[in-house]
Amino acid sequence: MGEVVSERLVLPLSKMGAGQSGTVVEIVGGHGLVRRLEALGIRPGKKVSKVSSMLFRGPVMVRVDNVQVAIGFGMASRVMVEVHAAD
Amino acid sequence: MQRTRCPNKPRRILLVGNPNVGKSALFSRLTGTYITTSNYPGTTVEFTRGLLRMGGEQVEVIDVPGIYALEPTSKAEEVAVQMLEQGDVVINVVDATNLERNLGLTLELLEKRKPLVVALNMWDDARHRGITIDVAMLEELLCVPVVPTVAVTGEGVRELVDRLGDARAPEVVFSSSEGRWAKVGEIVGQVQSLSHRHHTLGEAVGDISSHPVWGFMLAAVVLAAAFGGIRLVGEGIIKYISDPFFEMVWMPLLMKLSPLLGGAGMWHDIIVGRLINGGIDFMQSMGLLSTGLYIEFGVVIPYIVAFYFVLGLLEDIGYLPRLAVLMDTLLHRLGLHGYAIIPTILGLGCNVPAIMATRILESRRERFIAATLISIGVPCAALQAMVMGLVGREGIRYVALVYASLFVSWVVIGLILNRAVKGFSPELLVEIPPYRFPPWRVIGQKLWFRVFIFIKEALPIVLAAVLLVNLLYLFGVFDFIAGVAAPVVSGVLGLPRESVVALAVGFLRKDVAVGMLAPLTLTAKQLVVASTVLAMLFPCVATFVILLRELGLKDMLKATGVMLAAALVVGGLQNLLLPD
Repeated sequence: MGEVVSERLVLPLSKMGAGQSGTVVEIVGGHGLVRRLEALGIRPGKKVSKVSSMLFRGPVMVRVDNVQVAIGFGMASRVMVEVHAAD
Repeated sequence: MQRTRCPNKPRRILLVGNPNVGKSALFSRLTGTYITTSNYPGTTVEFTRGLLRMGGEQVEVIDVPGIYALEPTSKAEEVAVQMLEQGDVVINVVDATNLERNLGLTLELLEKRKPLVVALNMWDDARHRGITIDVAMLEELLCVPVVPTVAVTGEGVRELVDRLGDARAPEVVFSSSEGRWAKVGEIVGQVQSLSHRHHTLGEAVGDISSHPVWGFMLAAVVLAAAFGGIRLVGEGIIKYISDPFFEMVWMPLLMKLSPLLGGAGMWHDIIVGRLINGGIDFMQSMGLLSTGLYIEFGVVIPYIVAFYFVLGLLEDIGYLPRLAVLMDTLLHRLGLHGYAIIPTILGLGCNVPAIMATRILESRRERFIAATLISIGVPCAALQAMVMGLVGREGIRYVALVYASLFVSWVVIGLILNRAVKGFSPELLVEIPPYRFPPWRVIGQKLWFRVFIFIKEALPIVLAAVLLVNLLYLFGVFDFIAGVAAPVVSGVLGLPRESVVALAVGFLRKDVAVGMLAPLTLTAKQLVVASTVLAMLFPCVATFVILLRELGLKDMLKATGVMLAAALVVGGLQNLLLPD
């Protein structure tokens, strides 16, 4: 699925599995998108964990800090996350 | 730490913060006025103001709609940012359980150079979650007063007011938003320490509610329970409170009044209503004191109370944003995103605040689609109460038929509008707040506030509508309207020409209009058609005004065109397809 660069697995948020967590590395999008996401605590360097996603390309639920955020599928596919190895 | 006094006493204080941090609760604590506080962003669409007593003087306090950043993404946020210019002191309400994200806005506010005080709200919640914040250190780092508060109980509010005079505007400039977030990270690192904690029960249910399968199951259960609860409470009030009152107390009084007014004649009929078989029929007499008051207090208010009670619970517990997530996929097909479910559900109470709430949506296109769909396919509680009363007599399946027709129309018209209206729809991006069970006092206050507003707004119009019906009858205007519209109404919809009058009154009040169908002895099928058409054809006059204000003349006319066409098509189809 994702690109593996020297043991690093980077996936868009939309493709992560429920329960997986990782660190945001990049938001692929314009200034507006970046600002809206960072206002909700999603920006490069933040640890996020995916809670669930709805079927049929529905929104993705993630937990960041103490908050749960629902992100539309299109937006979620622009948030690139370096997935942490399951321990 | 150096502290400078504010040179002037503040004249206007703004409450600014992220959505869902307890701003409105703090507002009610500061001003003593109760305004709704809800567990989802967007409640304070219209800003609310109140007065705070400060050292013997009254100071204006404004509750600004919740914002995440000073770069607006919806009309509600735009309003909020504009309002910033008008205040001279800002109370920045910060959620102590979520310090990092909230401080982003705090630093942006500091850059605006407005005198600032920080209310570190939900202080108790933070403690329960094992979050410790060094308040003195935070105060030093931000160079503005920081006061821990618990708005729901009022803890810390007095101290907050005492410290307003210390509000300061230190010089802060960041070169970029990266720089600002780096500073936030630095501050949080210094003032906050966390101890480990376990998932709470609320979070476990939260996870179920957003599960792709169980979430829908839960939603079905919640909505069925909500609907059942509304019916139970509404019918309960009618059976045990309002009907006994009208039958045993009000009826005898009116029957004493009737002979005093001569027992018949124009004034008698306007005030008391026409006597039917020598008595008053609350649904049919059409007098101000009989039908006018009965529709409002005997039928509609019980359902309004029931609806707002259940809605208030769902809101304050925090279920609605979860419903938004579940509905997102469907609403995308209608040109909206999941969040539009919130104005839509508000519309089941009254379309006026619902259309106002469409401001929480990002684009003009979405607001047009959402507002049009609400005024066509979402029946208000007043209308529903009357439909329940009138059509319900024929059997609950006929009521279900009305709802099903409205729902199908809502979806189909949405599908069409999504294709027909230019532009694209933005995506859902919303915080899902933790479940919180609000104190009963808060639920009660909010219910009272909403019911009170409803009575204040609706009662004069209900009475005016009943009066107008009487006058129009007297002057034969209705015969004229009926004559003009009869071919369409009887030809396409299969309704008797007298029902034209009721449809026309629907423009004033939907509830009065349904009441006017009562004496016409319609068949069950005709009742279904008439109720559906009434729901879709025109919004009531109050909704019209709001549509005009929110959409502008051109889009309002477009929406009206869609309504007329949709009502005729759906009513005509029902007339053709339903068995007699």
